[in-house]
Amino acid sequence: MKVGLFIPCYINAVYPHVGIASYKLLKSLGVDVDYPLDQTCCGQPMANAGFEKEAVELARRFDRQFEDYDYIVGPSASCVVFVRDNHGRLLKEDRHRCASESKIYDICEFVHDVVRPTSLKARFPHKVSLQNSCHGVRLMKLSSASELNIPYFSKLRNLLSLVEGVEVVEPERQDECCGFGGMFAVEEDAVSIQMGHDKAMHHIATGAEYIVGADSSCLMHLSGIIARDKLPVQTLHIVEILAAGL
Amino acid sequence: MSTKHSKAAAEFLENKKQAAWHDETLWMVREKRDQLSKKVPEWEELRNMACATKLYSNSHLDELLVEFERNARANGAHVYWAKDADEYCNIVYNILNQHGVKHFIKSKSMLAEECELNPFLQNKGIEVVESDLGERILQLMHLKPSHIVLPAIHIKREQVGELFEKEMGTEKGNYDPTYLTHAARKNLRQRFIHAQAAMTGTNFAVASTGEVVVCTNEGNADMGTSQPKLQIAAFGIEKIVPDRESLGVFIRMLARSATGQPVTTYTSHYRKPREGGELHIIIVDNGRSNILANPKHIKALNCIRCGACMNTCPVYRRSGGYSYTYFIPGPIGINLGMLKAPLHYHDNVSACSLCYSCSLVCPVKVDLAEQIYLWRQDLDKLGKANCMKKVMSGGMKFMMNRPQVFNMALSWAPQVNKMPRFLIYNGLNGWGKGREMPNFADESFNEMWKKGKVK
Repeated sequence: MKVGLFIPCYINAVYPHVGIASYKLLKSLGVDVDYPLDQTCCGQPMANAGFEKEAVELARRFDRQFEDYDYIVGPSASCVVFVRDNHGRLLKEDRHRCASESKIYDICEFVHDVVRPTSLKARFPHKVSLQNSCHGVRLMKLSSASELNIPYFSKLRNLLSLVEGVEVVEPERQDECCGFGGMFAVEEDAVSIQMGHDKAMHHIATGAEYIVGADSSCLMHLSGIIARDKLPVQTLHIVEILAAGL
Repeated sequence: MSTKHSKAAAEFLENKKQAAWHDETLWMVREKRDQLSKKVPEWEELRNMACATKLYSNSHLDELLVEFERNARANGAHVYWAKDADEYCNIVYNILNQHGVKHFIKSKSMLAEECELNPFLQNKGIEVVESDLGERILQLMHLKPSHIVLPAIHIKREQVGELFEKEMGTEKGNYDPTYLTHAARKNLRQRFIHAQAAMTGTNFAVASTGEVVVCTNEGNADMGTSQPKLQIAAFGIEKIVPDRESLGVFIRMLARSATGQPVTTYTSHYRKPREGGELHIIIVDNGRSNILANPKHIKALNCIRCGACMNTCPVYRRSGGYSYTYFIPGPIGINLGMLKAPLHYHDNVSACSLCYSCSLVCPVKVDLAEQIYLWRQDLDKLGKANCMKKVMSGGMKFMMNRPQVFNMALSWAPQVNKMPRFLIYNGLNGWGKGREMPNFADESFNEMWKKGKVK
């Protein structure tokens, strides 16, 4: 089982330590993981802004880059699900079928569903509030969406249950959007900022020290709000906890 | 870079207290909807059935609408077909005119809003009174609904009190909701008694029986139709359902989705004219059949106007109904506006963070967010793409297809962290208005990997 690590553009630039934690976590679980060099972007920012065509060449590039791997695994539910749900359509004119869509996993999903560890070495004696990201919840089904009448589940919570000492809570309005939404954050800045502020306050109200999620994009948005308003909470990508101590 | 929606939303949010109240009030409705829908174990199955039934009905309109017409006529109703708003308004006017009606009472109808029936009739000298309390308040204020189910949700009781002081002579400064409701009831009662004709909208039209079904809470639609002998009902073609069995599926979902009630207080089935009276039913297209020819957006016709997508929409709750340029706001309004006239209503397409909550909350599974994504792809072709977003997307495409350029940008990016604040945080930077910029890492992941630092 050969795994190609997918590092989205903004994690590459802003949160490389999330990439490192992902690599370490997979290694520690005995996964044969490699990083195909010179990755850039999956194309989601342009597509969500309304310029899907600008993403076609990136999708083609992406597919080639990972052609030798059995799995593609990345620490960003939103980017991963964009590849899964859209690259096939973007490449439908191509002669051979897009291979990425059926073998790409978010790292939480991959560890939870494919590797299925029964224990982790991690210890994290803190209270954390789950940032259930929209695309993670509603498109990738990392947890049960609050709108649906289905039994509660949360893959993030399940994974954190393997970490010693961590206390997991969820905010009020458990999966309401944080207001990032790519270029939405700039085009609809007033609403986006209000959404981000409200989300941060709901997390703070839980008494958690950390906001923890599977999408660095939501966390980046919340961090921007927290830093500006000097709010008493921090953000962490969930792999940083799962890989704690490695 | 802003749309009409984003500018209006920013203004709405300036009144922080009112905006927070609006968000919390509509979220409460969403929560009630959650509680009620979760008490129905087969809820998700019902959603599938409702969606399938709508797709069936809307692809068999040629049979079902004709079946409805045949049955309604057999019941003694008059049936009319209106291809657009103009025909609909004229049909209503002609019925009223032939009967010499000057005082006309109507219950809440989004179709009437869509076709601008009230101004049409008023211009022809007919007095139109809205009987739904929220609609009545707005009519007296000369305002339009800001929500399709809770039309006056943006109006505070103090404003209603002041309005009633002027219009109904209520006590000065008495803003007690019960008191004001009683005053409105007394005032409307006179209108009910003197109305010469009544009109309702329609939630569902049942093909197998030729009846129209009207779901309300106040009972004012029923009050209206109980007195005058002349009754008019109108519905858009997508309101047709095959039979009462399928009607049951929708009745179970409508009020739960709309207001978090198991069922509306009144569910009235109008089948026949009352004794000695007349029942006129108008079937309206007004652009709906064009949507049928648009497979990417066909599910928009599933909509039963419950408003759940508005209540759940984080953008709608924080921007209010008037921030949208189409008369229906929220996720469904974004889509219906684009289906109506994309060049007029494209400003609403920005009002979505693509959180997909609307698509999951929708009882008839309209793929609302997915459709908004598709509309965004069309904006450039329509010549309505946002310039800055286009430049940013083009620039990203250029850079991301060239890893050497991307890597170079990554190595320069940390310099941005050290730039003076005024260069980064100025009017051009929408992000910087309420958020700090992320700090670029000194070394990118690409760089660290190449140097063997990832272990």
